[in-house]
Amino acid sequence: MTSYFEEISPAAPDTVPLRRVTLTLNGQQRVAEIEPRLLLAHLLRSGFKLTGTHTGCDTTNCGACTVLFDGQPVKSCTMLAVQADGHDVLTVEGLATSSELHPIQEGFKDAHGLQCGFCTPGMMLTAKALLEQNPNPTEDEVRWALSGNLCRCTGYQNIVKAVLWAADKMTKE
Amino acid sequence: MLAGGQSLVPMLKLRFASPEMLVDINNIAGLGYHDVDPDGTIRVGALCRHADLERSTLLAAKQPTMAAAAPLIADPIVRNRGTLVGSLCHADPQGDWASVVTALGGYVVAKGSRGQRNIPVAQFVSGPFQNTLAIDEIAIEAVIPAPKGTASGGYLKLERRVGDFATAGVALALETSGGSVTRAGIGLTGVGSSTIDATDAAQALVGGPLTPSKIQQAADLAAQAARPRTDHRGSAEFKRHIIHTFVVRLLDRAVESADRAA
Repeated sequence: MTSYFEEISPAAPDTVPLRRVTLTLNGQQRVAEIEPRLLLAHLLRSGFKLTGTHTGCDTTNCGACTVLFDGQPVKSCTMLAVQADGHDVLTVEGLATSSELHPIQEGFKDAHGLQCGFCTPGMMLTAKALLEQNPNPTEDEVRWALSGNLCRCTGYQNIVKAVLWAADKMTKE
Repeated sequence: MLAGGQSLVPMLKLRFASPEMLVDINNIAGLGYHDVDPDGTIRVGALCRHADLERSTLLAAKQPTMAAAAPLIADPIVRNRGTLVGSLCHADPQGDWASVVTALGGYVVAKGSRGQRNIPVAQFVSGPFQNTLAIDEIAIEAVIPAPKGTASGGYLKLERRVGDFATAGVALALETSGGSVTRAGIGLTGVGSSTIDATDAAQALVGGPLTPSKIQQAADLAAQAARPRTDHRGSAEFKRHIIHTFVVRLLDRAVESADRAA
């Protein structure tokens, strides 16, 4: 079990109430003992050491911290970790298998859909949810779906191309 | 009280809100609905997400003002969590749903230890980030009364980019019967210290068909009702101008779609 007490080290004092949460994280059941005030993004990054989930703006704007919560993209900096109890969370670490990249990851590689890479995990997870709902999106639909994820490098062109590349590959498979 | 948390969690992080206790309602079953009664009354449960409303075939068919507003709330990821009822409770002067529900003459159903009551949204929102719920009440549902006649209208919002708060926004709700407007509502977003119910502007539209002179009069009155402040999103004068333009645009569109239907 992971115990994580933010800003309180090495263990939480008796005055801080603790909650035990059980969640399915990237397909595996995980248990953590945490403070109720802890954000999901911080549990993922600091508790479970899954640092692929980035915290960019911390103000619910940028979407870098996007994870799939029961299959839906959510901003993990804007949810309490206790809210994940009993739910399914997928982070970018859960996209690839040990031997193969997810087609969306391949798309980002092939179409050069990233530069600094900071927004990429959020972009890819939002794209995954889109392609599950709509396997053949138009360019406009991709742009609309990604409009909650900010990128400051690419101008979005290649991100959109990467998602369309993945859509094409996934429908052919 | 935590529903979608897309306003409250950011407020907590910024230390604008520091409640002693936070109650998460997400595990209460049966609040995620939006439904229409046989008489046409629309009910939206406290855990119905913006995304549910955006994808709703029911709203697309029955409630054009809400259908127009749903895709303009925040951004797609926030819409997966945020709720309409939560937005009303949050009472942000720049919140879109309060204007929409105001224009539609809707109300909030509050439930508490002393029973249940309906609070018209104009009375529910009492100021910036303030609502009139009692300490022992929670908002469980928002209700849009059934239109008498055909419902038309829309929502227009000027934003600097997707996900930004409205620079200015206008919600228009019309009910027409036999080519004559029987009820009108206009709600203004982001141009005052709380949502503005532009009743004079709306009243100018009632009785008879929409004429160019009525449209101009309503737009003038709505612009007068606005109380915008100059800020980083634009000058007060600019925002007032946007309100005027949006009222004209929404009413012109209503005329066009009525003409097409005829």
